[in-house]
Amino acid sequence: MHPSYEGASEMNQILKVTDLHKTYDIKKIFQPKLKLKALSDINFHLDKRETLGIVGESGCGKSTLAKVLTKLEARTQGDINLLGKSYEDIPANEFHSKIQMVFQDPYQSLNPRKKAFDIIADPLRINTTTSAQDTHAIVMEMMKKVGLREEFSLRYPHHFSGGQRQRLGIARALMLRPEILILDEPVSALDVSIQAQVLNLLLELQEEFSLAYLFISHDLSVIQHMSDRILVMYLGRVVEYGSRDQIFNNPLHPYTQILLESAPKTHREKSDHVITVKGELPSALNLPKGCAFQPRCPYATEQCKNEIPELQLKDGRQVACSQV
Amino acid sequence: MKVFFSELYFELKKNRGAMLGIMFILFSLFIAFLAPILAPHNPTEVFPDALRLPPSFIAGGKSGFFFGTDDIGRDLLSRLIYGSRISLSVGFSVVILSLISGTFLGVISGFYGGFIDRSIMRLTDLIMSLPSILFAIVIVAVLGPGITNAIVAVSVVAIPNFIRIIRAQVMVEKNRQYVQAAKLFGAGNFRIMFVEILPNCMAPLIVQASLGFSDGILNVAALGFLGLGAQAPMSEWGTMLSDARSYIESSPWMVTLPGLCILLTVLSFNLLGDGLRDALDPRLKKQN
Amino acid sequence: MNQNLLNIKNLNIYFKSDKNPRPIHAVRDLSFSLKHGEMLGVVGESGSGKSITNLALMGILGESAIVSASECNFSGKELLQLKEREFQKVRGGEIAMIFQDPMTALNPFLTVEFQIVETILAHLNISKAEAKNRATELLLQVGITSPKDRLKSYPFELSGGMAQRVMIAMAISTGPKLLIADEPTTALDVTIQKQILTLIKTLQEKNNMAVILVTHDLGVVSEFSERIQVMYAGEIVETGVTADLIKHPRHPYTFGLLSSRPGAVERPAKSLLPSIAGIVPSFHQRPAGCQFHPRCIHMQEDCKKYDIPLINGFRCIHPMKGPLK
Repeated sequence: MHPSYEGASEMNQILKVTDLHKTYDIKKIFQPKLKLKALSDINFHLDKRETLGIVGESGCGKSTLAKVLTKLEARTQGDINLLGKSYEDIPANEFHSKIQMVFQDPYQSLNPRKKAFDIIADPLRINTTTSAQDTHAIVMEMMKKVGLREEFSLRYPHHFSGGQRQRLGIARALMLRPEILILDEPVSALDVSIQAQVLNLLLELQEEFSLAYLFISHDLSVIQHMSDRILVMYLGRVVEYGSRDQIFNNPLHPYTQILLESAPKTHREKSDHVITVKGELPSALNLPKGCAFQPRCPYATEQCKNEIPELQLKDGRQVACSQV
Repeated sequence: MKVFFSELYFELKKNRGAMLGIMFILFSLFIAFLAPILAPHNPTEVFPDALRLPPSFIAGGKSGFFFGTDDIGRDLLSRLIYGSRISLSVGFSVVILSLISGTFLGVISGFYGGFIDRSIMRLTDLIMSLPSILFAIVIVAVLGPGITNAIVAVSVVAIPNFIRIIRAQVMVEKNRQYVQAAKLFGAGNFRIMFVEILPNCMAPLIVQASLGFSDGILNVAALGFLGLGAQAPMSEWGTMLSDARSYIESSPWMVTLPGLCILLTVLSFNLLGDGLRDALDPRLKKQN
Repeated sequence: MNQNLLNIKNLNIYFKSDKNPRPIHAVRDLSFSLKHGEMLGVVGESGSGKSITNLALMGILGESAIVSASECNFSGKELLQLKEREFQKVRGGEIAMIFQDPMTALNPFLTVEFQIVETILAHLNISKAEAKNRATELLLQVGITSPKDRLKSYPFELSGGMAQRVMIAMAISTGPKLLIADEPTTALDVTIQKQILTLIKTLQEKNNMAVILVTHDLGVVSEFSERIQVMYAGEIVETGVTADLIKHPRHPYTFGLLSSRPGAVERPAKSLLPSIAGIVPSFHQRPAGCQFHPRCIHMQEDCKKYDIPLINGFRCIHPMKGPLK
């Protein structure tokens, strides 16, 4: 039913997500209980040391996915397998040292009343019995690795610039030496001239710590540069899933095509054929019948309005569109 | 924390009222500490030949009794000086008691929500549905009069203010990303509540503590006035006021002086509280 | 008679502050001009002074700001010499502005219709009924399909893109000669961003309205504006016709911004990006000499010594030679 991605070897998979669903119950007074389907039928896997880019617009479920994968939210249905164990079978402290997250907003994700040193050291203090002396050494080492000077360790977050705060957030996430790092829009709150610095840092750290990244972003150029494989989401569903070259050189799903077309570019080739997208994102509470993208899709047919397209293998990648 | 306080002081320095308040509070603290040295007489010592003497700077006053004496011949100045000890320690105890229990309940209520939150909130509604002094009277009536029971009663009445302020703040803070980050590295609920979140709720807490101080002093004085607080011969300002009320026309200084002491102390804590509020929350300042 | 719609010469903006006795020099010697019906893209990071300049043009900087210029001419009027009442006529009438977050710019307690009609009545001498009709037309113009329903909505019932369309409708309701769009699409999704920018472009051409499009995204301005002006630390560091500036950036900052964009040129995936080191200087600690020299790879001793003038469209004495690669 769900064809696996071509060339994937089961051996290398450290995270495998099968049939994941997340539904929120929305209660309103005097109204029937509503179900908000934030994630439906999500299947993907993550290999060691690779970067899986997750791209989509607001409401596509990418942030919910991050919360479910980090256990900040419980899933409604489906199976998540981390290093051969189901999520339920992993004790809390082992879980925290396997999967960590870097947040989007470096101004909100650091406690303003804690010094940089404590922000980085706390994961270690809580989960291990490392002595104070060793903790100090490890923290200093980590600060150096993320490009922060040692003397910054006694400063509070508001003394740091956005880029430096994001470095702090990355250092904190790496303290327990996780194998998977979820990066939720890690550069979108930063100044343009700072973004490249942080992206470079992430690339270097991936090499050094053999990390697997789940890179969530709405910025296609960033996704294209950072990812090995890409998952395109629209309103809680996967619409296309394949390697970077497949997605960027030959996008099959109309939504992927439109997303690529809409991204502002400094160098646009004139040959780009222009397809336009109609209307706006429908509400997740009131999803359109059939394919969720059908009301905005230039190629929609009667069939699209009636049945939800399944992911199917096409040209080596999975795509959920009945018209390709 | 150090940065927090130095910035706070910087903002506070601009506010003349708050600085005046601080100065008066420091002055009363100084007097309270050095009461045995500063007071010319023992506050309970009775001078039978000096009944209801006016202050020494008014015709008929005696040089030994600067602020005069009361109806049974005790030196008013000494009683007022010792009274500052009682009033300040009463204010302090009330704030500590209500702050600790209010903060604890407020944090738990805001963080957990649901049934815990609803129970705690209904409890505060109950306390707040009666005028605070009435409720305090009810409590003292049950526990029996006396300064300790008065403090307990006034503290209980003050708790809901703290609960509400902390709860609202915690509900905002708990959704911040730094709290999620703390959950991700395995911090437990108690650590998240009291180490991560609570320090970020300090600003309104400090303001409320300062205002609570003056409320506490005022309420305990009121209970004293009603005869439910400090008992004779303790030189508590409210009790002094109450004892002197039958002589309000013949010996007005006996009423005026303790009243003035209460007024000034309460006023300076209120000035400080308002100054702190302005310094800590610029948004409130613009509205006023 | 001057051909330009807007002529600004030596605009300086200072801010007084309580903590600092010396005023902050936020915008330094800014000079630029804008033709009728032209779109100028202004690119800069936070602290570059791009938004402050616009607020000064709208006359809505707070009391702590000191604005001076040797010329600040908009359509024959010297803006800085206008009295507040005269300025009110210009603001919202001849110069209109849209903001990054349309939700906070709209009053949440009033209907869309009320807010548009109010704007129209404040500037045009027409009856209320006419104003209502005009509001419907405007919503059609900005691509809202069922204007009658939308007019009755409150801002919270609108999506971000829809709210920005309403803001644009309000902005063009008085037929402005200049529209200042301050990061109009930063809060929106890419597909919606494209729709909104295309709409602004269409209105610019149809109404012969000049547009200042402020953004941090070089991709956005290079696709939509005729000219680009790059700002850094309160100064214009480079300005020019879009195609030239994108292909042959002369200032190292522009060059760095362009080449550090992940999709700028063909390069292997996951390779390190050329990046600009350091951080944007704060208002309080501006370097001497060239503002960019502490972060510049081409920095030489003379860069630190004196202020570099803007000559031939760039502010650099050791400019980049070759095209972007």
